[in-house]
Amino acid sequence: MSELEIQAGLGRLERARTPRRQIGVAEALALAFALFLVVAAFVPSFVAPGDPLAIDPLSAFQAPNPGHWFGTDESGRDIFTRVSHGTGGSLAIGTLATALGLGLGILLGTMAGMLGRVVDFTVNRFLEVMFAFPGLLLALLVILVFGPGAQTATVAVGLATAPGYARIIRAQLISVRSSAFVEAATVLGRGPWQILWRHILPNTLAPLFVLGTLGIGQAIVWASALSYLGLGAAPPAAEWGAMLSAGRTYITSAWWMAFFPGLFIVLTAITATSLGRAIERRLRHA
Amino acid sequence: MSQGTHPVGHRSAAPGPLVSMLRVRDLTVGFGQPGENPVVSGLSFDIAPGECLALVGESGSGKSVTARSLIGLAGDTAWLEATELAINGNDVLGLTEGEWRRRRGRDVGLVLQDALVSLDPLRPIGREIADSLRLHTTLDRAARRERVQDVLKRVGLPDGRTRVRQRSGELSGGQRQRALIAAAIALDPPLLLVDEPTTALDVTVQAQILELLESLKARGTAILLISHDLAVVGRIADRIAVMSAGRIVEQGRTARLLAAPRQEQTRRMIAAIPVDKPRGTRLTAPPAEASPVVPVVALAAMPAPGEVVLETIGLVKNFRQPDGTVMSAVDGISFQLARGTTLGLVGESGSGKTTTARLLLALSRPDAGEVRVLGRPFSAASERERRRLRPELGAIYQDALSSFDPRLTVGAVLRDAVRGARRQARPWFAGDGPERPDLQVGRTASGDRARVLELLDQVSLPSALLSRRPLSLSGGQRQRVGIARALASDPQILVCDEPVSALDVTVQAQVLDLLDELQRERGLSLLVISHDLGVIQHVSDRVAVMLAGRIVETGPTEQVFGAPVHPYTRSLLAAVPRLA
Repeated sequence: MSELEIQAGLGRLERARTPRRQIGVAEALALAFALFLVVAAFVPSFVAPGDPLAIDPLSAFQAPNPGHWFGTDESGRDIFTRVSHGTGGSLAIGTLATALGLGLGILLGTMAGMLGRVVDFTVNRFLEVMFAFPGLLLALLVILVFGPGAQTATVAVGLATAPGYARIIRAQLISVRSSAFVEAATVLGRGPWQILWRHILPNTLAPLFVLGTLGIGQAIVWASALSYLGLGAAPPAAEWGAMLSAGRTYITSAWWMAFFPGLFIVLTAITATSLGRAIERRLRHA
Repeated sequence: MSQGTHPVGHRSAAPGPLVSMLRVRDLTVGFGQPGENPVVSGLSFDIAPGECLALVGESGSGKSVTARSLIGLAGDTAWLEATELAINGNDVLGLTEGEWRRRRGRDVGLVLQDALVSLDPLRPIGREIADSLRLHTTLDRAARRERVQDVLKRVGLPDGRTRVRQRSGELSGGQRQRALIAAAIALDPPLLLVDEPTTALDVTVQAQILELLESLKARGTAILLISHDLAVVGRIADRIAVMSAGRIVEQGRTARLLAAPRQEQTRRMIAAIPVDKPRGTRLTAPPAEASPVVPVVALAAMPAPGEVVLETIGLVKNFRQPDGTVMSAVDGISFQLARGTTLGLVGESGSGKTTTARLLLALSRPDAGEVRVLGRPFSAASERERRRLRPELGAIYQDALSSFDPRLTVGAVLRDAVRGARRQARPWFAGDGPERPDLQVGRTASGDRARVLELLDQVSLPSALLSRRPLSLSGGQRQRVGIARALASDPQILVCDEPVSALDVTVQAQVLDLLDELQRERGLSLLVISHDLGVIQHVSDRVAVMLAGRIVETGPTEQVFGAPVHPYTRSLLAAVPRLA
């Protein structure tokens, strides 16, 4: 090869490298907070050694102070401890709901994209009906049928997000299926299953990783919303949405009761979203 | 450096003109820290009014950077040095962005390379053209509209009233290029920079665009024409400057430079032009120690020469158009490809070449007619039966990059192909297909690796590329990987759909030589589809000319090119750019 071609190749590599190496301030903060969340989720006592359910009526309604960073609630429970111990639950709900939504989405989307026109038509009409309801309403319907609770809330959020994923997967699948490299594989004599396994599925599903990360933030917000409405985790449990709901009663006198759980919901959603975007950018430049 | 009007220190066979529309002395451009990594260095040239200077070089030689620097568009990260840089006698060295903006379009026009992406797909072309008028003149709407129609007429797009409302998607490639030129000349700039104006255009359209540039030149416009193709610029350039690795290696009058090139790079570029080069002659210098004439041993060793390996019988493919009418993209095509020979299928865009290729590869089903491979039914067979024959039929695509799975490295692409070929070679799987025990060797991972390296070696690529992704390779390298992949199953037939049309002339020459070599070594039968008559003439034994889905003329290459019968063939041949 001529050295010019090699130079051109190097130039392209360099261009790709520049954005990959930089970590922005926002990304660094998101990464740090994500680390905190993971630690809090798996070993909550490491972050906050106290008992999230321990009542101490004498120190009820304390504003944030050096002893209780986030203040205390009406029963004197430390809000920081409760928020930290609630992380595991919230993350689990978010992750499981997203996994469920993505799983269903992959199933429906792959069926629609691969199994011919009749299946595609049926799945599409079904998705359109699902789209006609706002997601949260769909979730409420599920809860109405199966009764409130943390597990039901997870399933409800998962079901509510599935149609969106299914649509995206179907579109991605169709564009990958008709791409030149799939045709090239056909010309090389590959069978349909080999092509599906080796080329179509990886190229369809790789972008979903990003979508899933983005989805976790959304799922946590939704699950918290359900708990806030009293349809998710039940009150004494240290769940962010439930705590937010409990704090609402005292919002004028003890703002910290609602503020800190709310802050964590928002920060977690932002963290998941910005990490998702960061991964997306890196994949695009890779 | 001389600051006067006489280019004293200028060592060129043709002294620069006394009056310069563009005057460049010691132009050096680079990216990054000033003084570091110059991409273009020490360029000096002049262009007089009504003169055309062609800047010719391979991609990466710095042509486009030069053109962009001359209109202040080299970019934020670029640095620029020159002892003199003057347009129409005005010093433009170190102009601010605002000052440049006032000059662009008025003093210098730029026609960009890719007409498809250089026009905003959502804006009517009339608006695009009127932009510069709105910015630089005080004309009112009506006057502007009149001016736009006038300019459109000048670039050969009459019927301006409907044209101005069309968007780039509604125009053909040639019309888009004309619209771009119209936008650049709307203000009658005395200097026009034209970057690869005819790449990707059909020969007849290409000839028309060159004529248009010629007419602008006759009106006194100074033109800097940038191209990788000497044959194209030879038609209109008065002088040619050959660039290589950021420097002008040779500069001189067109006739002199083409007839008696002094530099190695120039000679190489002239040699690379396939037009009128008989079949079998190399377009690139032969590798060291090899005899200049490649012995035709393999061909003689082939069994049953002349046997038909690929055949189409009355192939038809119709497409339903949005308005409900049926268009025949391919309308009854029959041809035969004999073993060890090359059949060239030539036609302009829209003539049904690519549809034919897809039918041949059984990527789409013909509405009538049949494709037969090695005497067996191919298009009529089921995909399961067809898979036994697929290893005999390799394919090379125009856009090699998109034919590779973007996740895979070069090594993985080739490994896939090798494994696939091995699997198909299993006798119990092959059924009644031709048995290929030769492909069963090396069932192990190390055997696969050896085969991959062998394939890379056959297309002269270093094994260091194995871990790279096709995206980071050059166009020529990508096409070589594509060829290596097609060879993995050791096919008897190669279908090449525009194999070199995305490549520079010099890289094109390397790929054409490679295909020729492979054909000799392995007795391959080639079907080459191209819009480029020069390429077709150079590679083909027989030629079939396509027009609107039909083959209008077919015969041995010498006959079709020497004594064309059909008027369409004649008009195509007349438009081929030649080094006269």
